[in-house]
Amino acid sequence: MSILVDKDTRLCVAGITGREGTFHTLRNRDYGTNVVSGVTPGKGGQDVEGIPVFDTFHAAVAETGANTAMIFVPPRFAADSILEAEDAGIELIVAITEGIPAHDELLVYNHLIRGRSRLVGPNCPGILSPGKANVGIIPAQFFKEGNVGLVSRSGTLTYQIGNELAQRGFGNSTIVGIGGDPVPGSSFIDIIELFEADPETKLIVMCGEIGGSAEEEAAEFIGRHVSKPVLAYIAGFTAPPGKTMGHAGAIVSGSLGTAAAKAEALESHGVRVGRNPTQVSEIAVEILGARV
Amino acid sequence: MDLLEYQGKQLFRRHGVPVPDGQPATSVKEAVEAAENLGFPVVIKAQVQIGGRGKAGGIKLAKDADEAEQHAEAILGMDIRGFTVYEVYVEKASSIAEEYYAAIVFDRSAKKPMAMLSRMGGMEVEEVAERDPEAMRMLHVDPLTGFQDFHGRRLAFEAGIAEDIIRPVGAMLGRLYDVFVREDATLVEVNPLLVTEDRKVVALDAKVTIDGNALFRHPDLAELRDLSAEDPQERMAEERGLTYVKLDGNVGILGNGAGLVMSTLDVVAQAGGRPANFLDAGGGSKAEAITSAVDVILSDDKVRAVLFNIFGGITRCDEVAKGLIEAFRQIEPDVPFVVRLDGTNDEEGRRLLAEAKLPNVHTETTMLGAAERVVELAA
Repeated sequence: MSILVDKDTRLCVAGITGREGTFHTLRNRDYGTNVVSGVTPGKGGQDVEGIPVFDTFHAAVAETGANTAMIFVPPRFAADSILEAEDAGIELIVAITEGIPAHDELLVYNHLIRGRSRLVGPNCPGILSPGKANVGIIPAQFFKEGNVGLVSRSGTLTYQIGNELAQRGFGNSTIVGIGGDPVPGSSFIDIIELFEADPETKLIVMCGEIGGSAEEEAAEFIGRHVSKPVLAYIAGFTAPPGKTMGHAGAIVSGSLGTAAAKAEALESHGVRVGRNPTQVSEIAVEILGARV
Repeated sequence: MDLLEYQGKQLFRRHGVPVPDGQPATSVKEAVEAAENLGFPVVIKAQVQIGGRGKAGGIKLAKDADEAEQHAEAILGMDIRGFTVYEVYVEKASSIAEEYYAAIVFDRSAKKPMAMLSRMGGMEVEEVAERDPEAMRMLHVDPLTGFQDFHGRRLAFEAGIAEDIIRPVGAMLGRLYDVFVREDATLVEVNPLLVTEDRKVVALDAKVTIDGNALFRHPDLAELRDLSAEDPQERMAEERGLTYVKLDGNVGILGNGAGLVMSTLDVVAQAGGRPANFLDAGGGSKAEAITSAVDVILSDDKVRAVLFNIFGGITRCDEVAKGLIEAFRQIEPDVPFVVRLDGTNDEEGRRLLAEAKLPNVHTETTMLGAAERVVELAA
C-alpha cells in the first residue's frame, strides 16, 4: 500500500507542452507512472511522445479517464488550471507551480474544501510512491519501497532526509511534498491522517520549517489521533524574524512561527524531533530497529 | 513587499478609505513647500518601515514654516533603529477625539482573511492583547463571498464603538477589505484609526504589505522601492534572480532549495559558527547562476569562509562544480571554500573539482562534516 499515488493513478498534466512540463512528464512516465494525457489550450490533437494533448481538462477526463492532475503552468494561470481540473472531476490535483499569488490560493482553497477534490501543493515537489508512481519532480533514484511515510514542506530537504534514511536501509511507503506556500492545499494533518490509515506505513516522518502554525496544529492532532510513531525535523532555527527565507510561507512574524516553538509543541505531544537531518535517521533506527 | 505609510495611503485613497491630506517630500525645501500648500499645522513623519517612529523623534508637529523647516532638517537623514530616513510625509494635522485600531490580516491557520477592530488604538497590538485580550475583536471573512455589511456592524458593536460612528467605522472596514483583495495585500493595518473632534473617521497611519507573487497584476506597485529598507547585497542578489537574505555572521552559505539552505544555516550554528547569509541557488541551477551567487556572497566583506551544500535532485552536481571553477577563474576568492556535493552526478562534480585543483577548496561528503570544517576555517 501507499497513499495518494500508485498503480491506479491515471495522470493528466496541465502544461505538458512547456519545456519543464515535457521533461518531468516523461521522467514520471519512465518511472512507470501511467501518464494518460495532457492539457494545453490550443494544442488539442497534438501529442508529446505519444501522450495525447487536449484543449480542456473536461475533454482529457472524458477521453482518457484521468483521475489525477499535475499542474505545471506558470503562476498567473495556475489557479485557473486547478479550478478547471476540479470542475472536470479530477480527484487529486498536484500543483508544482511556485509563485502563485496568495489571494488566488485563498480562493482555490476555500472553493476546494466544499467539494471532493484534494489539492497537494502548490510550490511542492509532488508525490512519490516508490516502485509504483511518481507525480512531480522528486528524484526517484534515491528512494525505494519501504515503510516510512515522509511528508514535507520543502523539496531538497526531503531528498536530504530521505537519503539519510535510505543510507540506513529504510525505504518509503510514500513521500509527499505539501509545499512551502502560505496556503497549502493539503496540510501536515491531512497527510498524516492518510499515513495513519495506511497499513504499510510504520513510521511517519514530518519535515517542517518556520512560518505559520501548521506544525503546532499537527502536534495537537498527533497527540489525539495518531497511534504510529511520528518523528519530526524543523528547519530555520537561525532564521531572523520578518525575513522570507526562500519559501513564501517561511517567515517568522514577530514571535510567531519560530522553529523553537514548533519543536517544543511537537515534543510536548510525544513527537521526537531530530536536530539535524542525520539525527532524524538515527532516531528512526531507534524506533524501527537497525536495517543495515 | 512592505509599503511606506504614504504609499499605503495612496492605495487607501484609491479605494475610498478617508485619510488626511498629505504630500511626500525628499528634501527640506520640498517639505516646507508641501506644508505651505497644505496649510498649518502639519505633521512631519519619517517614512521608514519600522514601528516606534514617534518615540524615536521621527514624527513632529509644525505650526509654521520655520518649524517645518527645522523638523524636516532633523528628520531627513535620521537613523531610526538601523533604517535611514530618505523621505518624509507632510500631513495636515488632525484633531483627535478617539484612537481605534483596525486591520485585515491573512490568517494562515484558518486560511481565510480576518478582520480586526479594537477601541484601544495608538499602541502596539501585542500590548493591547496583554492588557485586555477582550478589547480586540476579530472575525473571519469567507473569501468567496467577501466582506459584508454585517461583518463591519458586528465588529463595531462588539468592540464597543461609540454609537454615532458605528456605520462609518463598519464602512471603513469594508473599504480596507477592498484594499486587501484588490491590491493583493497580505496585511492592511490602521493604527490609529482616528475619530476627529468633528466625528469624522480617518486612517491616520497605514501599514500595507503586498504579496510579492502578485506584483505582475500591479505594475504600479512593482515600481515602488524603498531605499531605506534595502541592503546592497540583497539588491544585488535580487537583480541576479537569486534568493538571498543577509545575516550577520562570517560563514557564507550557498545551497539549493529553501528548506535545505535553512537546515544548513542551523547545522552551521550547531557547529558553533555564524552564517553570513541565506542563499538559495534554486532547483536546476546552471553554472552561471553558481558563479553569480559566489560573487554576491563574497561582496559581503565579513565573509571568512564559504560553505556549498548541494543535494542534487534536478540540480546536477557537475554543473555546480563547473560554476565554482568559473567563479574562481573570474573572482579569485581569497577565502576558503568547503564543498559538499551529494546526489545527481556527485562523483562527476567531485572529479571536476579535484582536477581543477582550486586553491583552498575542501570537499566533504556529509552535511555535518562540511559544517564543522567550514566553522573551523572561518575561525
